[in-house]
Amino acid sequence: MTTTEARPTERKPPQLVDMSWDPITRIIGNLGIYTKIDFANREVVECHSTSSLFRGYSVFMKGKDPRDAGFITSRICGICGDNHTTCSDYAQQMAYGVKPPPLAEHIVNLGEAAEYIFDHTIFQDNLVFVDFCEAMVKATTPSVLARAERTEAPRGETHGYRTIADIMRAFNPFEGEVYKEALKVSRITREMFCLMEGRHVHPSTLYPGGVGTMPQPTAFTDYLSRLMRVIDFVKKSVAMNDDVFDFFYEAMPGYEEVGRRRTLLGCWGAFQNPATVDYRYETMNSWGKDMYVTPGIIVDGELVTNNLVDINLGLRIMLGSSYYEDWVNESPFVTHDPLGNPVDMRHPWNQTTVPVPQKRDFDDKYSWVMSPRWYDKRTDAHLALDTGGGPLARLWSTALSGIVDTPYVKSTGHSVRISLPKGESLPETTLEWRIPKWSNTIERDRARPYFVAYAAAMALQFLEEAMGMVRAGETKVFENYEVPDEAIGCGFHEAVRGVLSHHLVIKDKKIANYHPYPPTPWNASPRDIYGTPGPYEDAVQGQPIFEENGPDEFKGVDIMRTVRSFDPCLPCGVHMYVGKGKTLTTLHSPTYGANHG
Amino acid sequence: MTTNSGTAEVSKEPDRAEDRQGIDEITILWISEGMSCDGDTVSLTAADQPSIEDLVLGLIPGLPKVNLVNKVLSPSLGGEDFLAPYRAAVRGELAPFILVIEGSVPNQNIIEGDGYWTSFGNDPETGEPQPLNWWIDQLAPKAWAVVAAGTCATFGGIHAMSGNPTGCMGLADYLGWDYTSQGGLPIVNVPGCPIQPENFMETLVWVLYHAAGSAPPPPLDHMLRPQWLFGKTVHEGCDRGSYYEQASFAKDYNSPKCLVKTGCWGPVVNCNVPKRGWMAGIGGCPNVGGICIGCTMPGFPDAFMPFMDEPPGSTLSSMVIKPYGSVIRRLRGVTNELVNHEPRWRHNKRKLTSGYDPHWRSS
Repeated sequence: MTTTEARPTERKPPQLVDMSWDPITRIIGNLGIYTKIDFANREVVECHSTSSLFRGYSVFMKGKDPRDAGFITSRICGICGDNHTTCSDYAQQMAYGVKPPPLAEHIVNLGEAAEYIFDHTIFQDNLVFVDFCEAMVKATTPSVLARAERTEAPRGETHGYRTIADIMRAFNPFEGEVYKEALKVSRITREMFCLMEGRHVHPSTLYPGGVGTMPQPTAFTDYLSRLMRVIDFVKKSVAMNDDVFDFFYEAMPGYEEVGRRRTLLGCWGAFQNPATVDYRYETMNSWGKDMYVTPGIIVDGELVTNNLVDINLGLRIMLGSSYYEDWVNESPFVTHDPLGNPVDMRHPWNQTTVPVPQKRDFDDKYSWVMSPRWYDKRTDAHLALDTGGGPLARLWSTALSGIVDTPYVKSTGHSVRISLPKGESLPETTLEWRIPKWSNTIERDRARPYFVAYAAAMALQFLEEAMGMVRAGETKVFENYEVPDEAIGCGFHEAVRGVLSHHLVIKDKKIANYHPYPPTPWNASPRDIYGTPGPYEDAVQGQPIFEENGPDEFKGVDIMRTVRSFDPCLPCGVHMYVGKGKTLTTLHSPTYGANHG
Repeated sequence: MTTNSGTAEVSKEPDRAEDRQGIDEITILWISEGMSCDGDTVSLTAADQPSIEDLVLGLIPGLPKVNLVNKVLSPSLGGEDFLAPYRAAVRGELAPFILVIEGSVPNQNIIEGDGYWTSFGNDPETGEPQPLNWWIDQLAPKAWAVVAAGTCATFGGIHAMSGNPTGCMGLADYLGWDYTSQGGLPIVNVPGCPIQPENFMETLVWVLYHAAGSAPPPPLDHMLRPQWLFGKTVHEGCDRGSYYEQASFAKDYNSPKCLVKTGCWGPVVNCNVPKRGWMAGIGGCPNVGGICIGCTMPGFPDAFMPFMDEPPGSTLSSMVIKPYGSVIRRLRGVTNELVNHEPRWRHNKRKLTSGYDPHWRSS
């Protein structure tokens, strides 16, 4: 069993209510979450997650020029499309045997750092935190808000808010101070992104073999000045989040059980080291470990592997509850990897996608998402890894490996230290993210602002190195190549919300097979052939309910917090019915929901 | 010509119903459950001129009050609470509203038996997913205006490329190019993959001014695109256009010169991005080193693939311009050399040689 074990509690006779949320708001894409809630014992007893969108990228990419893959796969996702382009270019560079010039790697790293800062900021402050804002807490747990009004914020000196409730108020949608500031910060950081990758969200200047970005000193000057303009906002975000999350544990004992699942985390690594990456499969283990976010698979707190070759060979795409035909009887595209290791039929390299639209049946087939799993040789188990929403797995994996050691970011083996320079109002600050006790909703959310700080700190290093190269006249950003007749490639990267891999097979200079595996299929997957639920389902199932509303007024905020903590992004890859809708906005303000006047 | 500026004293807010036949309050029902990536919604949040929060907080003078219903930005927890305004609109209880569709519209008719390509909420009767097409069929006839956001919704886009399994198309292909809304408007197409943030906001605001009764409908071309945004080509606004004129072509992506030999379709693509930049004038495509892949066009993507090869048409045009361009480039080089010299009279010697003559008169 790879699922999370239930907690033993004293049981009352159950009072079961079916509740579903479909579509889920404040995420990217189509997601529905269907649950059975036991109001007598105040917990969720069953959860299904479903996605209702199929577009067929792996189908229509067949037969196309492989160099188009980065441009096409960007369109998979409207918030982290560049992660796909980057990952696709990594996979193509392996297939073509080309290594981009070091400056190109820096430019890609700077673009990706800006994406992490932008995306985590808008997601955390404008989407996730609406679940933690004053209006929402008042509507779901009024006693907790009353307590927040009386609780002084320990880190007030940094962020400037006196009480916890003051912080919560600052996140009220469209009206709160931080909510509005975050939108502005998300624009400044997207301008940084555009300086490196041309446009957001589908970049224009990334190519297999390098970039087309002109490495003018001005591009780096403009990036740096914007980064320094948001650096204090980053420090404040960490302090505000820590205050609110610590308060949640304190005000609602047992909240650590919300969204808790067994620690089964995957991270595929991010930020190539330009000095050592050569994109050869044969050396992938060593350059993979040189990435500035260390790849790794963590099971029950132990690092199982940080070798990208092992990670790659363990990938299994399972069916069971998805609307597709199986492909096991097709002939494989890739029987052995370049090192001679056998490649499984269920590996993305060998996958064939045959969609079969059908009725939704929660006892049989109920989602357009497949079930990616990682095969653990040690225990002969197909693990339903999750990404912890991205940051949790990245920080955890980087911390445990103890490899990253840079001027601004250091891994200690049990934590990650991040140093940010002096800003407009706050001094130089060193933050330390420590491995938490749980893989749960709060810790997934807490890790996010820390990773924003991580990305900002790494960006400073990339800037310094890139400007050094430009000043030295090393301004080459693109390396030419020929597309081979036959080749295979794989790319490993971290999309904003977690693991991302692209798997490519070329025959006759055309795409014979192409399968991208973004984070959300890992997180949002339905039950597989063995009946193992996907991470959303597993995390929500068995979680306690702290909301004070009964079944009639129930909003499901604890469940939504859990789902959103994974940073769902369904185009890459859940829906809930609430009884009586109740608007959360006050009079004289725009309306966005049920009270349509 | 009138001298009436149309403004009133602050104390005398005009009674709109009498002054002009305008709409005071309007709801935007945004559906991104076409086959989309939500990139157009995300792009919208990048706009600063005006920004989405300016719009919903009523900071743009002369517009109706706007209620925005969008899944990504909605404070609602989701489900029926979020769907309430859409359901009300279907029942005819919510008017006026602007329907914004994001994403390609799939062909449900090719599915045999049950199933759907993309859905939005559930059918309350059966509990099965409610296909996007049902919502469009219900809402389009009642909408005061319909806006297609992004190339997927306008023309089909990436998901409609050759070999696609879903048979998807653009909104006008689905509703008919002669569709007319309750407000008497055709579909307003704002292409782009994704939309350039301000291109979209500007168009939406124009539609809202029209709703308020203070502007005519936005001028659209034959593909229902705003004329002032898509009337010129990428090349006509590109920083690198002058390299083309001098026949200076980049051989690979290391060069700041014209990218037409390395896959840029700018000379024949209707788009203003090089001129406008992507955000706050920053970024873009060929002007900052990204080939134009024609993402705003009805023919996107198939007509432009493989993206990184030279467009067939440019082979001829760049051959024709070569003799002219290389001569011009050399002549300019000569002139450039000349004007890089200061005149001889700027020196620190004891004699003034500037031609100074206090008694000079023109005869």
